Amino acid sequence: MTADPRQALSTGGYAPGTLRQQLWDAVTRRDEDAATTAALTALDHGVDAEVMLLDVVAPVQRQVGTEWAANRISVAQEHAATSINDRVIAAVARHPVSRTEPRFGRVIVACVDGEWHAMPARLLAEVLRLRGWAVDFLGAQVPAPHLVAHIHQTGPDVVALSSSIPTRLPIAHAVITACQAAGAPVLVGGAAFGRDGRYARLLGADAWAPDARAAGDQMAAGIERRRRSPSTYEPVDDLPHLADEEHARVSRSASDLVKRTMTSLDEHFPAMRTYTEQQRQHTAEDIAHIVDFLATALYVDDDDLFTTFITWTADILTARGVPARSLHLGLDLLAGQLPDFPRANRILGAGRRRFDEHLADSGPSPG
Amino acid sequence: MSEASPVTTHGTELSLGADWADATYPVMLVDPSGVITRRNPAAARLFPDAVAGARLADVVPEWLADAQGQLGSPQPSGDGQDGSRTFRGQVGERSFEAHASGRDDGSVMWRLVDVTDRSRAEEALVREQDRFAFVVETSDELLTSLNVDRCMETTARLAAKYLADAASVVVVTASGKLSVATAGRASELTRTTIDADLAAVPGLRQALRGYPPVAPRRMDPSSVPDWLLPRRLTGEVRVALIVPLPGHGMPAGALVLWQHDDGPRVVSADETLLRLFAARAGAALAAARMYAEQVSITAALMRDLLPPQLHRLNGVEFAGGYRASRPSELIGGDFYDVYPGSGQGQETFVVLGDVCGKGLEAAVLTGKIRNTLHALAPMAADHQRILELLNSALVSSHHSLFATLVLGTVARSGDRVQARVTSAGHLPPLIVRTDGEVQEADTHGDLVGVMPTVTATTATVELMPGETCLLYTDGLTEARGGPVGSEEFGEQRLRRALSECAGLGAEATVERIQVLTSDWVGRGNHDDMAVVAITAPRTASAAAGAVQPRAGEGL
Repeated sequence: MTADPRQALSTGGYAPGTLRQQLWDAVTRRDEDAATTAALTALDHGVDAEVMLLDVVAPVQRQVGTEWAANRISVAQEHAATSINDRVIAAVARHPVSRTEPRFGRVIVACVDGEWHAMPARLLAEVLRLRGWAVDFLGAQVPAPHLVAHIHQTGPDVVALSSSIPTRLPIAHAVITACQAAGAPVLVGGAAFGRDGRYARLLGADAWAPDARAAGDQMAAGIERRRRSPSTYEPVDDLPHLADEEHARVSRSASDLVKRTMTSLDEHFPAMRTYTEQQRQHTAEDIAHIVDFLATALYVDDDDLFTTFITWTADILTARGVPARSLHLGLDLLAGQLPDFPRANRILGAGRRRFDEHLADSGPSPG
Repeated sequence: MSEASPVTTHGTELSLGADWADATYPVMLVDPSGVITRRNPAAARLFPDAVAGARLADVVPEWLADAQGQLGSPQPSGDGQDGSRTFRGQVGERSFEAHASGRDDGSVMWRLVDVTDRSRAEEALVREQDRFAFVVETSDELLTSLNVDRCMETTARLAAKYLADAASVVVVTASGKLSVATAGRASELTRTTIDADLAAVPGLRQALRGYPPVAPRRMDPSSVPDWLLPRRLTGEVRVALIVPLPGHGMPAGALVLWQHDDGPRVVSADETLLRLFAARAGAALAAARMYAEQVSITAALMRDLLPPQLHRLNGVEFAGGYRASRPSELIGGDFYDVYPGSGQGQETFVVLGDVCGKGLEAAVLTGKIRNTLHALAPMAADHQRILELLNSALVSSHHSLFATLVLGTVARSGDRVQARVTSAGHLPPLIVRTDGEVQEADTHGDLVGVMPTVTATTATVELMPGETCLLYTDGLTEARGGPVGSEEFGEQRLRRALSECAGLGAEATVERIQVLTSDWVGRGNHDDMAVVAITAPRTASAAAGAVQPRAGEGL
């Protein structure tokens, strides 16, 4: 598995591109049998199992997310597609070519508590199994106490933690610290930790990998525990800016902030008054998300985390025909409620600027 | 005292001269050729032969003579602020600092300061700092893990780092085998489990038996079996020391320290530290072993209490989801089970319920109800009878135990699924049609375990391909949270969510509902939440394995 496995492919009919198309078609038709048959036939014809997982299933799953963001498929269809991809992974794992005797150590693969997107972690678990690790896959949203209990029971060489939603970073930090305190080095991955892994370093992870292949390579090279004495180390040492308590205060009063922002929106945004109950619910959820991301940006003290979320939300809203202008107003109203929060105001300001640039970039002004 | 007479060559030296004589520390003046020209009484007491006219090199220890020789070289280290240079060395039993100051005429004035007490204090401090670092690292490392293997490795590694050239840790496993971890200063950790005869290593046998109590003792390195030795030891082992690791009332294991020579690293030199380490390591190993035993006991007891994994049965999709109210617990007062029928028509019996109470105690009570229901499963056709029998069992038991539940009897019929559902004081199941319409099953009845009799009505539900019947507990709808906090998730939201799940299949529906309710409660408190989806498979091909022949399909 050291050489690039993509080169192992010879049969054009089983090139990853062709297979991706087959799987995509089957997934969109919700034809589970066709999807698993396509995968198993390819394996029978010599396609490498890791290639199948990482160059066929993973891109199709990413495409599912992209289609949802563009409002071309519903949340429900996204779930259905994901569940079919899950079956495909299970089928690949059961195929004889995937049979591998563990020859390295033991690794626990888990998602951070509150993280439901188990697919990236599942793919990593299967890839590590293929590469000869004894893998305990604990699945989606694993509470920290379960994870720590499992570490004590099995004494793994590494814990691989996955998180795709940035708002789980504060929890991820607690989980990383808990695993390390139980004596296990922690490798983290997933979109939550930033494209360059910056939050992984910030939160004290022992290693970060941009994808499953890189994670496998790093595990093979060995992951060293950053020995920090638990007698002297406090997790807050990594984040001195938390001393201003802005994160704690914003996350503690999150529901109040949402309520007050909703009230202000009623006053400043006349269109709100004609909203149905469900539309109001969606608006409240959007504002709750903004507050959640603001709290997270305060936790890691990084404007980019917030501005990335704002442009993403603007696209999501625009794709669903919701006037994105209300987002700008929401940011204004939120800032107005946090007069004594210099860092929060800095982050909200950065969000507004990025939002304006983004709308200017993406053509006609919506709303 | 004649040597201490006032200096006459220089005016400045005249005044210094008076200090000389009185100085409590030894002072000597040495001319450029290395000959002593003057000394004070303190110097005379320290170096009786250092009379004026004697060569310094002949009358002082070597280090001081060397120092005099080095003064010509431009070595800057040890220079004082006043241009003096400082050297250190022993005179007899005592330690001295010698400060040399050059003078205009090329002569050197040596002042010697007795630093014996300070050096001893400094050495003692360094020693204490080392011991402290060792104790802190030992605590830190040994306290982290409750895993027996990891504790053994940590013990071996720390012992090889601080106490000896290499170390082995031996533990007797539950099955009577020997588990061995070894570490050297440079070599990697190794772990093996072997079936070896302890009689070959008598000292080890006693240390592992723990009775009679034994102190650390040496053993003959030549008699050591290979499995006990660390791999890749560089050099011959001259000393082997067996140290018992005390546990909780019985030995936790034994530590063997290996040393290439009789040098100072042999820890018997510092027995207090060795005992302290052995006590810490033994306690950590004993705790880890106790934890492992408790975990296996808990796992054995929990096995039947955990919610079962559901899958397709008799051509019908089943999926279940469970979230206990306390994140550290996997079980609670909600439960569900699916029992495949074996009789004609292959009816599957489904039950979902909610026992009064929370947490582990409630979970134990669900166990009793689930066992009773399992026994009653063959009577699945008659829900009323099952409820009556369960009710009388609960009413007559010494537990004040009551529950609400939903019973379901499910069978495939063509490409459809027929279900008869009965609610006993429980929320009626919801049915999701292919067009997204959500209906409530028309069933209601008394909860069980309170009144001497129970009555309930049964609803018959027909599911077309892709349609789902959802059984759930009130933990879902009563979950508080949402964007503005403390708002109930509520049945309306559940119905709306289900409507979006039309045609989704059992597993994806359950996952979707779990995601929504979990996000809704966020980090807030919630009750146990259980949900079971029963779905008629969507496509003909997806229904492969169904008991009904294809010919039976169609209206």
